[in-house]
Amino acid sequence: MSSSLRNFLITRIFLTIPMIWILITMVFFVMRVLPGDPIRSQLGPKVSEEQANAIRERLGLNRPLYVQYFDFLWKMVTLDFGTALTQGERPIIDELGEKLPATIELTIPAMAFTAIFGIASGAYAAKNRKKPIDYGLRLFSIAVYSIPIFFMGLLFQIIFSVRIPILPLAGRMDTLMMTNFQPITHFYILDSILQGNWSAFWSCISHLILPSLTLGLALTGVFIRLTRVNMIEMLQADFITAGRARGLPEPRLVYKHALRNTFIPILTLIGLQFAILLAGAVLTETTFSWPGMGRYLVDRIELRDYTAVQATIGVFAFFVAIISLAMDFLYAFVDPRIRY
Amino acid sequence: MNSDEKTLVQVRNLSVTYHTRLGPVSAVNDISFDINRSEILGLVGESGCGKSTLGKALMRMIMPPGEISGGSILFNGKDVMQFDQKRLRDFRGRQISMIFQDPMTSLNPVQRVDEHVIEAIQVHEEKPDKEDVISRVKALIERLGIQERRLRDYPHQLSGGMRQRVMIGLGLVLNADLIIADEATTSLDVIVEAMLVDQLREIREEFGVALLMITHNIALVAEIADRIAVMYAGKIVELGDIKEIFDNPLHPYTRGLLRSVPSIRLDDREELFKMSGEPPNLTHPPSGCRFHPRCPEAMPICSRIGPGMDEVSPGRWVHCWLYQDHPQKDRSTIKVNA
Ligand SMILES: Nc1ncnc2c1ncn2[C@@H]1O[C@H](COP(=O)(O)OP(=O)(O)O)[C@@H](O)[C@H]1O
Ligand SMILES: [Mg+2]
Repeated sequence: MSSSLRNFLITRIFLTIPMIWILITMVFFVMRVLPGDPIRSQLGPKVSEEQANAIRERLGLNRPLYVQYFDFLWKMVTLDFGTALTQGERPIIDELGEKLPATIELTIPAMAFTAIFGIASGAYAAKNRKKPIDYGLRLFSIAVYSIPIFFMGLLFQIIFSVRIPILPLAGRMDTLMMTNFQPITHFYILDSILQGNWSAFWSCISHLILPSLTLGLALTGVFIRLTRVNMIEMLQADFITAGRARGLPEPRLVYKHALRNTFIPILTLIGLQFAILLAGAVLTETTFSWPGMGRYLVDRIELRDYTAVQATIGVFAFFVAIISLAMDFLYAFVDPRIRY
Repeated sequence: MNSDEKTLVQVRNLSVTYHTRLGPVSAVNDISFDINRSEILGLVGESGCGKSTLGKALMRMIMPPGEISGGSILFNGKDVMQFDQKRLRDFRGRQISMIFQDPMTSLNPVQRVDEHVIEAIQVHEEKPDKEDVISRVKALIERLGIQERRLRDYPHQLSGGMRQRVMIGLGLVLNADLIIADEATTSLDVIVEAMLVDQLREIREEFGVALLMITHNIALVAEIADRIAVMYAGKIVELGDIKEIFDNPLHPYTRGLLRSVPSIRLDDREELFKMSGEPPNLTHPPSGCRFHPRCPEAMPICSRIGPGMDEVSPGRWVHCWLYQDHPQKDRSTIKVNA
């Protein structure tokens, strides 16, 4: 690894710290500027002002804003997320420990589907440029890109759960099965394998299909388009012509030489799309009642649960930063011009 | 132009047309010539006259919107126009190969040097012996003056000259009979260029490979070629032994070219090929002889009927009415350029 690359990566790591700081600061203040507070939004007007103040006192919400802010910052630095302000006031770390695995279980297959299907069909469209399949795939990419996630989800639910009832409508697992299922890691698929509980396993898989397909398809459009455009450019590159001139077979030129070079811009896209993937996860989880980070965030925003929202968005930001950092490392790995 | 043992390539009435929005561009127009075994044939002409198109056509590498619109190419007596895709792939690499202008971009940036060479062998030879392949690659690379440790380098770690040598190596590794070098030295600096030219000459001696040197630098051709073909607006206008052409250019275009080179060894490329008038638009080429609007010796017939390619002395071909007779020919010249 060259020293300039090392410096670049170190700088990148240090840049992510102020990035996350700015984000959580914004969330901290925006949440408090919004009308409503955790007590009133949960308990409504039934509680008296004295009772409400007593709760505020207990939760530390009556302290001056700057005191709350610095307290919050310090806790973030020490990775102490505190407890939620609503819904039983459980430690945030326990709540996220249940919600995060659900979101990861949803996003990994979605991302895998997007990357594999998107890149493969983008490359195929580029190879068959201006043929019907190319126009078809382009139309498809525009369609999945522009259809709102909740609408696509709803459509899938109507088709595959209501009209042709082959897949479950919502949730992570059959409700009946849930009653005697003891999650360990909260990755339900992993848990059911660990326990050798195959009916739970298949239930998880069947519940996962529609939400991950919805989320995956929503992101596929961008991948198809970006892969296609870069492949078309790459297929006109001199080294492709030169390879053809020494008799390399066409599939090798397309899927080995050109595609491998196309991975370089695609990796950047994966890094960028990750943030959009999380946004998409929020919508997908809401549509499919998937008990992950996204639904948790939406619920807690409505309840004005400041600490829960701050922690959730902080974790999202952390993941986006980590992924884009990982992409920079991968970038250097794929492109020898950066490595040497 | 009789076919015999020493003829490697026979091109007859070859035409290439690009179908563009502005209409068909006739980039190669009814060209016939031969390439002999182990010879160095220089192909010169100003940029845009169709040199690269001709080179690519010999490999059947014209891509849409272009098309070989007529003619035939015999390579080792085989009709290249009849080759199917599989045969073409075999032909490219094993019999003919091409080196391009920009050494920066003609190697795959994410593939190491040795991977390029080994891939070329693996694709073309059935069950190559691994040890044998590696030793061949090493020997070849060393022969080209590249250190063995460079084999594990990526293209961007090599200099432009070294990359072109790798490209030459890729052409030689399968014992191709013809290497087309399309402006292969143009982007290199003068000293590296001179070295590469020397090397090409040595390689011809050693491997018996024929070279088609495409260039707009006539001084370079003078250094290396056995014969030259002068191209103008999609036509070869003069073809023959290098010495004969330099001593006694027949076509007015060739004369102009040589006059614009004060000394053959001049390397100031900017000064080459300055000639009055504009290069023609190939979408609407001039009628008759395509050079007539710029020709100082144009005659009335030149704007009406194109001349044929005529062998004025053995091995010396000219495409000009000055050396051919026609019932309508009238010697009075018309003044086109001031
Ligand atoms: N892909 C293409 N599409 C359309 N026209 C082309 C294409 N390639 C070359 N041409 C045209 O063909 C003519 C010859 O080009 P080229 O063979 O590249 O000339 P040279 O190599 O002598 O500079 C030019 O007029 C050029 O504009
Ligand atoms: Mg050219």
